[in-house]
Amino acid sequence: MKEKELPKALAKRDWNNHAPLIYPGYKSTLIRNPTKPLIVVPEELAALDMPVYGDSAIGEFDHDLTRNARINGEPIGERIVLSGKVMDEQGRGLPNVLVELWQANSAGRYVHRQEIHDAPLDPNFHGAGRTLTDSAGSYRFYTIKPAAYPWGNHHNAWRPAHIHLSLFGHHLGTRLVTQMYFPNDPLFAFDPIFNSIPAHARHLLVSSFNLDMTEPGFALGYEFNLVLRGKNQTPFE
Amino acid sequence: MSNPKKHSQTPSQTVGPFFAYGLTPEQYRYSLTSVAHPDIVDPEMGGAHILITGQVFDGEGKTVGDAMLEFRQANHEGTYSKRAEDDFMGFGRVGTGTEQAHRYEIRTIKPGSKPGQAPHIDVTLFMRGMLNHLYTRIYFSDETEANAHDPILQLVPEDRQASLIATRKEVNGRLIYHFDIYMQGEQETVFFDV
Repeated sequence: MKEKELPKALAKRDWNNHAPLIYPGYKSTLIRNPTKPLIVVPEELAALDMPVYGDSAIGEFDHDLTRNARINGEPIGERIVLSGKVMDEQGRGLPNVLVELWQANSAGRYVHRQEIHDAPLDPNFHGAGRTLTDSAGSYRFYTIKPAAYPWGNHHNAWRPAHIHLSLFGHHLGTRLVTQMYFPNDPLFAFDPIFNSIPAHARHLLVSSFNLDMTEPGFALGYEFNLVLRGKNQTPFE
Repeated sequence: MSNPKKHSQTPSQTVGPFFAYGLTPEQYRYSLTSVAHPDIVDPEMGGAHILITGQVFDGEGKTVGDAMLEFRQANHEGTYSKRAEDDFMGFGRVGTGTEQAHRYEIRTIKPGSKPGQAPHIDVTLFMRGMLNHLYTRIYFSDETEANAHDPILQLVPEDRQASLIATRKEVNGRLIYHFDIYMQGEQETVFFDV
């Protein structure tokens, strides 16, 4: 068989690494997920082509949240560089993946209008941005380190500081929305969203501080790599 | 030999309640521009223009006001775009939080299909309270014959197929398809392990 004629397929979603659909510690999962099993479909569906974004989708400061919402000064908080590689399960970098990011500010407040936490808004910080991975699969953002914030899941519930990331790859099955955390957060042990992930895989959501990525006199460097479902290799017997 | 996997897939996390100013900013009137829109087709483009609308219901029967839906479809000839810059990108995104009844609306053209398949739109669903996004599909109620032979729809037990079929209405000459999503209950929508 010529390579062209082989059916395209993507590795399955690795449910061993993901949370269960219903995780009772995170209460709203109980009523917002199906109770019947997912219907298994042929692998080709996951490989369905998605429209790949190009540079025209990205504005000059979209990747720099320290600049993209300035009104009368710089946003308040600890400047960070957030950078890493988006790759498949074989470690191959994935180019032109749209990476969208949103987060709370350095006081733990989101810009979203329905947010009720009374921490201050920062007039010079919006908290959202986007970029595309380069030809090696690398991405880079400048932003402000977000803070923890309270939520209503249970008494005295606080989310560890985190950054939301949305990855839009080249296939239906390479879509990923996740959250990135910071090393050694004391709130990890108490957060059901973080702990919904099987213990062996939780470290995959924690960025690492990186002095080489740190920009002297400007911003601390955090590295966070992401792994999307890969193309299945064709076995030769 | 197949390549051993060197790296583990990054786990999914919930989109949370506050995605709108980052992922659907124009629809929610935030300052950032959007890279995906509820309007998949612009009004001047040829083809049969349709409106798809519906609500998402949780297990208590309440409408969900903080869900995000993504739509992926072929053009009227059954072909998928490969680039976001194409005239018909065939991809849309909408949140359920801008209308009082938490209704979503997308404007698009009815997709064509390849021989042996029924016209359909793949839907990816995200919301607070959902740790993993889920995949479902819209089929069309006026495609009975094609639906009966669609290889994916026929994987679904017969008594659950109706949950994937958008119902057609004509209102003042406009073609409207209604597609609700029920997370649980007797009408629970079918989701696929894509």
